[in-house]
Amino acid sequence: MNIKVLGPGCMNCKTLERRTIEALAALNITATIDKVVEYSEISSYGIMRTPGLVIDGKVVVQGHVPSVENIKGIIQSSIQPTA
Amino acid sequence: MKELIQKNKLSVAILTLPLWILLYVSLEPLTHAIVYSLLSLPQNEHLTNAIYFFIFEVPKVLLLLTLIVFAVGIIRTYFSPEKTRSALEGKPLFVGNIMASLLGIVTPFCSCSAIPLFLGFVEAGIPLGVTFSFLIAAPMINEVAAVLLFGLFGWQTALLYVSTGLVIAISAGWVIGKLKMERYVEDWVYKIKADHIAVEEEESSFNTRIDRGIDAIKDVVGKVWIYIMLGIAVGAGVHGYVPENFMAGIMGKDVWWSVPLSVLIGVPMYSNAAGIIPIVQALLGKGASLGTALAFMMSVIGLSLPEMIILKKVLKIQLIAAFAGIVATGIIIVGYIFNFVY
Repeated sequence: MNIKVLGPGCMNCKTLERRTIEALAALNITATIDKVVEYSEISSYGIMRTPGLVIDGKVVVQGHVPSVENIKGIIQSSIQPTA
Repeated sequence: MKELIQKNKLSVAILTLPLWILLYVSLEPLTHAIVYSLLSLPQNEHLTNAIYFFIFEVPKVLLLLTLIVFAVGIIRTYFSPEKTRSALEGKPLFVGNIMASLLGIVTPFCSCSAIPLFLGFVEAGIPLGVTFSFLIAAPMINEVAAVLLFGLFGWQTALLYVSTGLVIAISAGWVIGKLKMERYVEDWVYKIKADHIAVEEEESSFNTRIDRGIDAIKDVVGKVWIYIMLGIAVGAGVHGYVPENFMAGIMGKDVWWSVPLSVLIGVPMYSNAAGIIPIVQALLGKGASLGTALAFMMSVIGLSLPEMIILKKVLKIQLIAAFAGIVATGIIIVGYIFNFVY
């Protein structure tokens, strides 16, 4: 699983990264986490609000920082797409 | 019980309102009791006045702030940059400037999102001037500031602030568009191709909206309360100690350079809207004229050095200078008009 945290480094993006790491640990999933800080790359994902979370190429969060619980749910649904 | 609250958040929110009102109207009598009965402070002393001001204003401003931030947090859930962008696509120039400015007030916006938002707008083909109307309106017309002005000075002042802010955003954006400064946008901006379509919004049940309102309270009030207390402390000091009409010499209407000077001082200053208002209140109380005080406030919150540094990544210096210059000029003109009218 490849996760990207999109954001230039403000408080929100750091919190998002921290909570994502926590969520992954709680779910016992290993994933590579990349931080994308360059605006040119961030905007190639089509988001207009930071921070953003991308799992395996798909934007799953933009513009706010979900709780660790919510992030766990998001990670899980990206593994098993809902029918 | 928790289940009950979870399912009926709206009702709980509505029931809290009378409590808020009760607290709000008891502030004056409570402050009076604390200052004069409990602490037995001597009347008409500078220190007493300053303390009274502080004890009265802090809870009052915090209460107002909490209510408004909550309400606006909920209103904001109905808007998103994506919806704003779709609404603005293809609109003819002047109409676009007006819509962009209005939408700038309600679309959720934080300064770190300024760039992704700018890029998103450019990519959708929205004209540069229209994008600027949005970028000017968003920080300058702040709901927190509007409500604080309403609470401290009445609806006329609040309305003045919002309408002049809109006029500046619309005209400045339009002027920037007319100047055809597209070539001062960094080249790489026009080369972006978004590879992915971003995910659309989460489910919008009203309960979620209330959650967002509460998030907004935790976020805004949580960050801002200390600045409010500092601002009010400064205001209290001015209120208690600075003689009446002291400001009339520097910020009054008879001094023709008071408006441009205030704007010049305000530009490099950066304060959130909440913190600056108590200072504005104190200045007004000491003889600053309304136009000058408003000009000062708008230049502090509307033009911020941090924001321009961020914008440097996508705009060349000439465009940033033009942007700052045009907005500053607009604010100065507004300041003069109000000094003249009032």
